[in-house]
Amino acid sequence: MPEVRVASFDRFRRSHEFWLLMVILGLCASLGFANAQFLTMQNLFDLLTSYAFVGILALGLLVVLIAGGIDISFTATASVAQYVTLSLANAYGANWISVFAIAIGIGGALGALNAIFIQKLRIPSIIVSVATLNIFYGLLIFFTGGKYIYSLPDWFATGIFWFEFEWGKDSSYGVNLQILALALAFLVTWLLLNRTNIGRQIYAMGGNADAAQRLGFHVFGLNILVYCYMGVMAGIASLIQAQLAQSVAPTVLVGKELDVVAAVVLGGASLMGGVGTVFGTFLGLTLLAVLQNGIVLLGVSSYWSPFFVGLVILISVSATAWSQRERRTRSARQ
Amino acid sequence: MSGISKRFGGVHALRDVDLTLEVGEVHCLVGENGSGKSTLIKIISGVEAAEPGGRITISGKEYPRLNPVYSTQCGIQVIYQDLSLFPNLTVAENIAMAHHLGGLHSVNWASMRATAKATMARVGVEFDPDAKVSELSIAGRQLVAICRALAADAKLLIMDEPTASLTRHEVNALIALVSELKRAGICVVFVSHRLDEVLEIAERVTVLRDGAKVGTFAADTIDGRKLSHLMTGKSFEYQVQAPELAAGPVVLEVKDLGRQGEYEDVSLQLRAGEVVGLTGLLGSGRTELALSLFGMKPPDRGTILLDGQPIELRTNAEAIHRGIAYVSEDRLTLGLILNQSVTANITLTVLEHLVGALGLIAARARQSHVARWVAELGIKVSNPANAVKTLSGGNQQRVVLAKWMATGPRVLILDSPTVGVDISAKDGIYEIIRRLARDGVAVLMISDEIPEVLYHSHRVLVMREGRLTTDVAAAATSEDALRQAVNA
Repeated sequence: MPEVRVASFDRFRRSHEFWLLMVILGLCASLGFANAQFLTMQNLFDLLTSYAFVGILALGLLVVLIAGGIDISFTATASVAQYVTLSLANAYGANWISVFAIAIGIGGALGALNAIFIQKLRIPSIIVSVATLNIFYGLLIFFTGGKYIYSLPDWFATGIFWFEFEWGKDSSYGVNLQILALALAFLVTWLLLNRTNIGRQIYAMGGNADAAQRLGFHVFGLNILVYCYMGVMAGIASLIQAQLAQSVAPTVLVGKELDVVAAVVLGGASLMGGVGTVFGTFLGLTLLAVLQNGIVLLGVSSYWSPFFVGLVILISVSATAWSQRERRTRSARQ
Repeated sequence: MSGISKRFGGVHALRDVDLTLEVGEVHCLVGENGSGKSTLIKIISGVEAAEPGGRITISGKEYPRLNPVYSTQCGIQVIYQDLSLFPNLTVAENIAMAHHLGGLHSVNWASMRATAKATMARVGVEFDPDAKVSELSIAGRQLVAICRALAADAKLLIMDEPTASLTRHEVNALIALVSELKRAGICVVFVSHRLDEVLEIAERVTVLRDGAKVGTFAADTIDGRKLSHLMTGKSFEYQVQAPELAAGPVVLEVKDLGRQGEYEDVSLQLRAGEVVGLTGLLGSGRTELALSLFGMKPPDRGTILLDGQPIELRTNAEAIHRGIAYVSEDRLTLGLILNQSVTANITLTVLEHLVGALGLIAARARQSHVARWVAELGIKVSNPANAVKTLSGGNQQRVVLAKWMATGPRVLILDSPTVGVDISAKDGIYEIIRRLARDGVAVLMISDEIPEVLYHSHRVLVMREGRLTTDVAAAATSEDALRQAVNA
């Protein structure tokens, strides 16, 4: 059906994602010209590996935003999951499956705690998550004294390296733990949101919570699921971050929340709920990574990085708002 | 159903109500706010449980009480006034929402689209199944809500105030659709404030008052006057106002006013002490014209004269400063801050006059100001510190009026002042409008309802497709003539 394809392309051309894609392509082309290092296989794999942590968290946050909530406690959740899991692994021994199971369990439990406060006591999610961020982080720092863990199990420190291939001279590439986890997180989140009824209920609930209640959605259950999903993502992200850093530092993750929020918001998710896509989040994450990486490659002081990230968010959100207003006035005049 | 009662905290919301709904009938449920209509609907749809002793029988099977799952299984579907759609999802998903319920399973987009298309074909509409519901007009959204009910296999379709935000053309289309549904054997229950529509569409009308059933009547045995008498226990007389009341000097004059794509070549005069009714379909330019007079949509062409002097209105602050006030169509979203107190809302427009020492608000001045307006407009509120959202629709409308009357306006523009307000509260609002006019205010009243503009104005204007087509004394025209001018 060519008509349908034309119509959906037309819709895509008007979407936030389309403009984001154009901006990213433009940015990549100019960075490629300015610095030969940018468009190399090496840089691509480095970016994927180092942004996997932010990307996995962004997918969790995307689901929360679509459901109409917000959560910023995930970095504290990740810090707790990371510290507890790897301390246990050091003390009692473990394998890949058991460390991920523990981290996911801790993340999910802390997420559920958020959901219970938000749903049962009807406290706004932003307030609950500001509070739990401080509680989780405060307890962690108190019990660990802020001490780093440098010795990790050997198998954990080695990581994985699959589908190895040669590219150019003396360089081999492959799928490492970070890239694998990021890819799986994208796949699972996409399946959840677009191919299951639960995902569509999450969208619906974010669009009109009252209507969801009236149609007999299990609103409490959906919210538990959403915040648990965020927690699970935080648990997974925490382990791949520790594996990359080859250490556990209880103080370094908290403070990265705004990078994650930036990626999701750049990707077009709305803080009002009901709006946002996995593809958009992928583009938002890409734009964030390209920007921050480009600034470094251009030799600009990395102190400028937050400035440019902020500027791009402001421009992108303004452009979307402006184009929506234009479309509205145009349709009003017809 | 019979013997249905419901109490909320000792207050009887419903007392021993019996109701019989037949297959393929159109039944209207009328009553003032607080008469128990909503409670009755909630009991039928299973959201609330009736008290023990009531019986609900559906197709011969008796239920002591219903819950939302049973009532959906029995084919009972309610379309609430807000439609309960998901604006961020597609038309197909909204219509085939039942696909999304139940335990975890995968989503079949193709079958969802097919369901949506088949249902839309039954209703005779054709929306793009992949369009977002937020892209549709209000009338379009309502059709989607009807499709969703049909897709869920509705046998009894309850529509709560379905015509509140529709134009006359759209109402006609809805009425045609309802007769289609009736032919298909679906029972439609209409809950409406608009009595002329009720009589147009219904076969039987059930009237509720103060939680008790007044009676069920065949629609052809009653008229609007009798119906409003049954609803309120009082009788109301429509009358054309005496034209000699409007004899003041011209306050506001508009010459050849136009705004690209919205209205053009509009010339009119408003006199002190005159109530001018303005009607027309949605999209006829009437609201845009009013917003131009209030400085919110500056015109591209033409002049606005106040007391014979040309003025320019670029912002609403300028309009307020010059004594022009505007009560918006949608008082809930534009006219009131629902979570704040009556006091805060009434004083919002006149804060600068209540300032005492140090530039702070003087509490006593504020209190006496509020007390004066609460008394003057008869706002029923136990304590002005209560939030506005706790008041009834009629009282909310009075708070909005108080807010603007407090500015001492010379020109008052009222956009659909009685939408969502019940009959006896409406009468109170008309009384306020008449009093304002007697005090020398020029009132421009915009309304969809032709009887409203005809019987409560001195002069009637009709706009159609952006042009002012009729300007006639109320005494010299009739409902039929105006209806023709609006829809021609």
